[in-house]
Amino acid sequence: MAKPPPPLWLLAEVTHSCPLQCPYCSNPLDLIPKKDELDTENWLRVLHEARQIGAAQLGFSGGEPLVRKDLEVLIGAARKLGFYSNLITSGIGMDAERVERFRELGLDHIQVSFQADDAVLNDYLAGTHSFQHKLDMARAVKANGYPMVLCFVIHRQNIGQVRQMLDLAAELQADYVELATAQYEGWALLNRDHLLPTQAQVREAERIAHEYQAKLKGKMRIYYVVPDYYENRPKPCVGGWGRVFLAVAPDGLALPCHSARGLPGLELHNVRERSIEWIWNESPGFNHFRGEGWMKEPCRTCDEREKDFGGCHCQAFKLTGDPTNADPTCAKSPHHHLVEKAIDTSELGIITSKPIVFRQRNKNSK
Amino acid sequence: MSDTLNSKPGIALGYRLQWEEVQQCHVLLYPEGMVQLNDTAAAILAFCDGKRSVLGVIAALENEYEAEDLREDVVAFLHEAVDRGWVRYG
Repeated sequence: MAKPPPPLWLLAEVTHSCPLQCPYCSNPLDLIPKKDELDTENWLRVLHEARQIGAAQLGFSGGEPLVRKDLEVLIGAARKLGFYSNLITSGIGMDAERVERFRELGLDHIQVSFQADDAVLNDYLAGTHSFQHKLDMARAVKANGYPMVLCFVIHRQNIGQVRQMLDLAAELQADYVELATAQYEGWALLNRDHLLPTQAQVREAERIAHEYQAKLKGKMRIYYVVPDYYENRPKPCVGGWGRVFLAVAPDGLALPCHSARGLPGLELHNVRERSIEWIWNESPGFNHFRGEGWMKEPCRTCDEREKDFGGCHCQAFKLTGDPTNADPTCAKSPHHHLVEKAIDTSELGIITSKPIVFRQRNKNSK
Repeated sequence: MSDTLNSKPGIALGYRLQWEEVQQCHVLLYPEGMVQLNDTAAAILAFCDGKRSVLGVIAALENEYEAEDLREDVVAFLHEAVDRGWVRYG
C-alpha cells in the first residue's frame, strides 16, 4: 500500500479528569485513571514526532486539559514546533492570568464550551456551578486577543434554546460558534434516550442557525451540522480512517478515531512502545480501515463510498456489533431501523425509566 | 474601489500563514482548520502585513517577482480572501 498522506490533526487527550459531569460526554465509561496518564516527557515526544510527519493542527483536549499542571510546558513546546494549537476547554481550571500566560506561550486559540445559555440549565448539565466563570473566561479570551470560539453541545435538553445561545454568543462578541451535536459514544450513548432530539427540533435548530448565519455574516461564523442520525447518510468519520486525524488517549494509546478503543479485531499501539511515524504509516490499527478492502455490502458497491468511506466504524460496532458493517445512520444500511427506532422513541417523547447518568469516575480507580 | 486600494489588508485575527515542509506548500491555519495555498495566494498573503496598502502590496509583488499588471489578480484574490475571512482591512 502507498504511504498514507500525513496526519494533519493531532488530538492530544491529555487527561480524562474533568471537574464537570456532563451526561453527553463522549469519553469512554471506563475513564483512564490519572496514574496511567502519559508523563510530560512522553507528551513532548509525541508532539515532536507528530509534527515531524506533518501534523499541523493540535488540539489539547480531554477530559479537561486544564487539569494537567504541565499544560504550559506542552503549549510552549507546541508553538516552537510550529503547531497551530487549540485548547478545547470548559474554562474551569483557568483564570484571566492563566489565559494571558497561555497567550504569551503561543497558544493560538481557546474554545470555551457552554452547556447552555443560562446558569440553571448549564450548571445542572455540568453538575457544578460553572456558568458565571465560563462567561468570565469567554471575556478573558476575547480580551487577550484570541479568536473567540464558543461551543455549545446540542441535545434534547437544550436544543430549544439555540436562539438564546446564539444571542449570548453575539453579546460576548464570539468570532465563531459551534453548535456541536452530541456524539453518541461513551456517556452520551448511555444517556441517548435523554439526549436525542426529535426530527422537528433538529430542523428548527437548523432554521435558526441559518437565520443567524445570514444576520451575522462577516461578524460571527456559525457552524451547525445536522446530526448524522437525521441525515440518512453517514459522515466521513474523522475525515476518513487514518487519513487526517490522529488521537492520543491519556494513557498513550494512539487512536484513528477517539472512540476506536475496544473495537474488536483492531490492533492498536501505545506511543510508549512505538513511534508516531510507525503508528501512522505502518501499524495494523491505522491501516485497518484504510482503502476499501474491508468493505462489505452495501458499502463495497456504493457510488458514495469515496464520499463517506462507510461512515463511523465505532458507531457501526456500537449499534450493530460489527465495525465492518455500514454505519447504520445510512439509509442503505440493513441496520438503519436501529437509528430510526431511536429517533421514533424520541418523537414519542417516551421518558425512559433509566435515570440520566452524570459522568463520574469508577470509585475503585484513582 | 480607490478606497479599497488605499486600505491596508492584514491576515485576520487567529489566522497564521506558514510553510509546511511535509506538504511542500504554504498553509493558512485557523481555529481547528487549515487551507493549503497555491504559490500565488501565498505570495500575496505574505505581503498582507496590515501596514502596506493594497497598492503597496501590488507594488511589492511586482518588484519581488519582476512582474507587471498584477493589480487585477491581487484585487480579485483579496476580494475572495476577505469573503472567506482570511484577510481583514485594518
